[in-house]
Amino acid sequence: MHDKTLTELAASLAAGEFTSRELTEHQLGRIERHDGALNSFITVTPDAALEAADHADASRARSEAGPLTGLPVAIKDLFCSDGVLTTAGSKMLSNFVAPYDACVVERLKAAGTVSLGKTNLDEFAMGSSNESSAFGAVQNPWDTTAVPGGSSGGSAAAVAAGLAPAAMGTDTGGSIRQPAAFCGITGLKPTYGRISRWGIIAYASSLDQAGPMARTAEDCALLMNAIAGHDPRDSTCVARGVPDYTADLAAPLSGLKIGLPREYFGDGLDPAVEAAVREAVAVYESLGATVREVSLPHTHYAIPAYYVIAPAEASSNLSRYDGVRFGHRCENPSDLIDLYKRSRAEGFGEEVKRRILIGTHTLSEGFFDAYYKKAQQVRRLIRQDFLDAFEEVDVLMGPTSPTPAFDLGAQKDPVSMYLQDIYTIAVNLAGIPGISVPAGFVGKRPVGLQILGTHFAEQRLLNVAHRYQQATDWHLRRPELAEENA
Amino acid sequence: MALEHADVLRAAHLARLGLSDEDATHYLDDLGRILEMVDHLQALDTEGIAPLAHPLDATQRLRADEVTETDRRDHFQRCAPAVENGLYLVPRVVE
Amino acid sequence: MQWETVIGLEVHVQLATQSKIFSGASTAFGADPNTQACAVDLGMPGVLPVLNEQAVAMAVQFGLAIHAEIPEVSVFDRKNYFYPDLPKGYQTSQMYHPIVGPGEVEIGLDDGTTKRIRVHHAHLEEDAGKSLHEDFHGMTGIDLNRAGTPLLEIVSEPDMRSAKEAAAYLKAIHSIVTYLGISDGNMAEGSMRCDVNVSVRPKGQAEFGTRAEIKNVNSFRFVERAIEFEVERQIELIEDGGEVVQETRLFDPERDETRSMRTKEEANDYRYFPCPDLLPVVLDAAYVDHLRESLPELPDEKRARFQGELGLSAYDAGVLAASREMAEYFEVVKDTCGDAKQAANWVQGELSGALNREGLSIHDSPVSAAQLGELIARVMDDTINGKAAKQVFQALWNGQGESADEVIEAKGLKQVTDSGAIEAMIDQVIGDSPAQVAQYRDAEPEKRGKMIGYFVGQVMKASRGTANPQQVNALLKEKLDALC
Repeated sequence: MHDKTLTELAASLAAGEFTSRELTEHQLGRIERHDGALNSFITVTPDAALEAADHADASRARSEAGPLTGLPVAIKDLFCSDGVLTTAGSKMLSNFVAPYDACVVERLKAAGTVSLGKTNLDEFAMGSSNESSAFGAVQNPWDTTAVPGGSSGGSAAAVAAGLAPAAMGTDTGGSIRQPAAFCGITGLKPTYGRISRWGIIAYASSLDQAGPMARTAEDCALLMNAIAGHDPRDSTCVARGVPDYTADLAAPLSGLKIGLPREYFGDGLDPAVEAAVREAVAVYESLGATVREVSLPHTHYAIPAYYVIAPAEASSNLSRYDGVRFGHRCENPSDLIDLYKRSRAEGFGEEVKRRILIGTHTLSEGFFDAYYKKAQQVRRLIRQDFLDAFEEVDVLMGPTSPTPAFDLGAQKDPVSMYLQDIYTIAVNLAGIPGISVPAGFVGKRPVGLQILGTHFAEQRLLNVAHRYQQATDWHLRRPELAEENA
Repeated sequence: MALEHADVLRAAHLARLGLSDEDATHYLDDLGRILEMVDHLQALDTEGIAPLAHPLDATQRLRADEVTETDRRDHFQRCAPAVENGLYLVPRVVE
Repeated sequence: MQWETVIGLEVHVQLATQSKIFSGASTAFGADPNTQACAVDLGMPGVLPVLNEQAVAMAVQFGLAIHAEIPEVSVFDRKNYFYPDLPKGYQTSQMYHPIVGPGEVEIGLDDGTTKRIRVHHAHLEEDAGKSLHEDFHGMTGIDLNRAGTPLLEIVSEPDMRSAKEAAAYLKAIHSIVTYLGISDGNMAEGSMRCDVNVSVRPKGQAEFGTRAEIKNVNSFRFVERAIEFEVERQIELIEDGGEVVQETRLFDPERDETRSMRTKEEANDYRYFPCPDLLPVVLDAAYVDHLRESLPELPDEKRARFQGELGLSAYDAGVLAASREMAEYFEVVKDTCGDAKQAANWVQGELSGALNREGLSIHDSPVSAAQLGELIARVMDDTINGKAAKQVFQALWNGQGESADEVIEAKGLKQVTDSGAIEAMIDQVIGDSPAQVAQYRDAEPEKRGKMIGYFVGQVMKASRGTANPQQVNALLKEKLDALC
């Protein structure tokens, strides 16, 4: 059951091969058996899941089932779930039972999906390895000595390990695509504004975007149909028609113009990763696409610009955690300033503090123009690079990450960790969509191919990814999990 | 723009993060190198480039002036660390 | 040394929207603590703001009323600081691109002249909650009902030179916002508050002195008193060889003084940056024109019309136009009686006197504008005389009757104009007053005018006030002179 894709499971449920309760029980059983070591979930909600599964089965019995009815999903613990512990991977919110649902959670419920629980993540989505979580690191199911990537590391690991057929992630600088690549699954970061941010605990508001993580592009398309679209509660969520993302998946690729950004194949790229990516590009050529080199000249300014903009927004977004209305509060504060300083010092972990400090410093008097304003100017140049490239080609392709998953505990230096996100970060600054699809292995560890499109080109990206998955079987490979005693 | 110990303490105070002198020393090195990385931006000539705050060139939508929320105080205060008579409690604020 | 005072005001006006600036929670005053604070107002994790269209419209209306530029694009910024009544740790405000650009407000001065005060800009922002300092075991209680109430902050240039000018400016702002109906202007409930920037400089010096900011002054009177105290304090300080420190001060109305608000003044660093959760607000010309066309007549325009078209004095026009309710009341009185000057006299005389005595606003007046207008009409058509009119007014005030006619009828106050009846009363009085008649006859002719008063009084008394005084005068003079 757990080897099937979401699309296959949907067909099985529709055909009555098994019920949603049976499927949900099966997934809960796998979580029970395997997640002790993997640590991909922070909270599992078996009772609510079974209740939702029964509800789904009842809808199906009344012939009221939709395409997603009864399908289990896992949700990154950055989305608020009404009545469920919602931690953002932080001690600060280790006692926070959200009083409302995020828009994405609402829409998944409305579509009849079954939430299995909340997945592990880097604290407040700040990290690329899932190691900054206050709830412990997550193992990569392909190689338990490797990180699953981050920040949506729990979601990626859970899907790769077959604990959930699909999961929700968020992506601020690569947090869907990079863990999808590290764990050998498919992950889509939609255009900024395509999916409502309502109820997603904010990291960097002008960059954050939710998206699906699943086995295949087809599965991602199915989920996009449920979660994309206008929400009046999010001013930055666009009021623009939502296509049926599954409709054009099989469209032929003949005539597709692929651009390979010169800057994405330079220094620091693992030759084995490069080989896998070039092989994938060759598959596209065999499918009728043409390939040319393009340039995104400001690529190397993306990480510096990101590490001004994201921490600045984060420093402000995280000011609400002050020990007054929710979240961690220190014991016996002596006065107001003590309440603030101790609650926040105790509640936040090291990486979060680092980013709050950087953001506070760069916004402070005398530095604003040199850092924040400068970074926003560079942001415009970076967006323009992409817009210029998409005048010439339909999609861009390259590696999702310069290396496969690195070892747990290997990246001690924050700056060198940040530099790993070289191929994903610019995409968030520009607001364009990107998808990572499995494209081979380096040893035991998966490699991801990243495909980028212009604003609102999700349908095209899913089509391009799907055709590749029709021609290859990397996305069908499964890791072998160590058998555990239940 | 080199970062100094005092800058770290100042940022920590503005951000209301309790940081000891030793903590500040610990962060100084990391933060210094992050800023060094960020300083590469200065190499780029951005004269005349308008700052970009949002990736899409969209404008603000307006909401009708209608009361849509009801009293959910008890619900919201369930996750509050200290409340009394419906008020959130904090150590005495002196003015 | 001659000193000159320089004053600038930042006036915070709560806009009279139904819901908050960024959420659908109610803005009604006086609810139980935190019952009108929704997830957005509380700054719950994951919530987002959406701008209230009415707040935007009201801000633009204000801008148009002060002849300000309305920029096409305005932007919300975050002002970052920690305070328990500020749930998100930042206030959403407009630092760099406010919704209302430079404009001006005209104020009337005591000498009858006017002065233009320039407004630097006005911007939208969200109000904070309230800290309640009653004792909760040594703790402070936080009520966030007010958090997110829309505020328009109106920032003047340092154009005022006296406490009186500052108060006049504040009154002018009050009158504009209440005319527009964009705020209830209730200072006691905090719907309008102001921060006052005060400095002094030797007369003739071009540079400004160091200013102190007096926070949260909430009445016209307090503004004057706070400035007067502060000016005196600063002058004394400088004359004693000291220096004014740039700081925030608080006005204590009980002690009638200002005092420094923070012992250890921290350098504020609000780290303003554009709010990433809100997009630029773009107002097209058609929208602004539409609001311009729907503006009501404003105080300045009304004052000019009262003076020009109705022929009222500058003073009368100013007083009557100062508040929308007063002006509307006056116009109904005027339309009912048909005489602007009479209407103005009555509204400012008898009516204002009675309202002041009882501490009532014109809104609560027991005598309606229509009743007063009818009463004046009865004086003008000679149905009653002035003295009786005051009795009718008093009766209406006390609720003894629905209309002037009803009171006149019930109390028999209809004026006697039948000269036969008046002559009979005069004959009676003359007959009863031989001594006074003798005095009259013996007096020098030029002194007789004064002496006639006695007889008039007696005749009016005999008529219980209903005789037409002009007729009484004329007939008396005729009859007495005939006796001479």
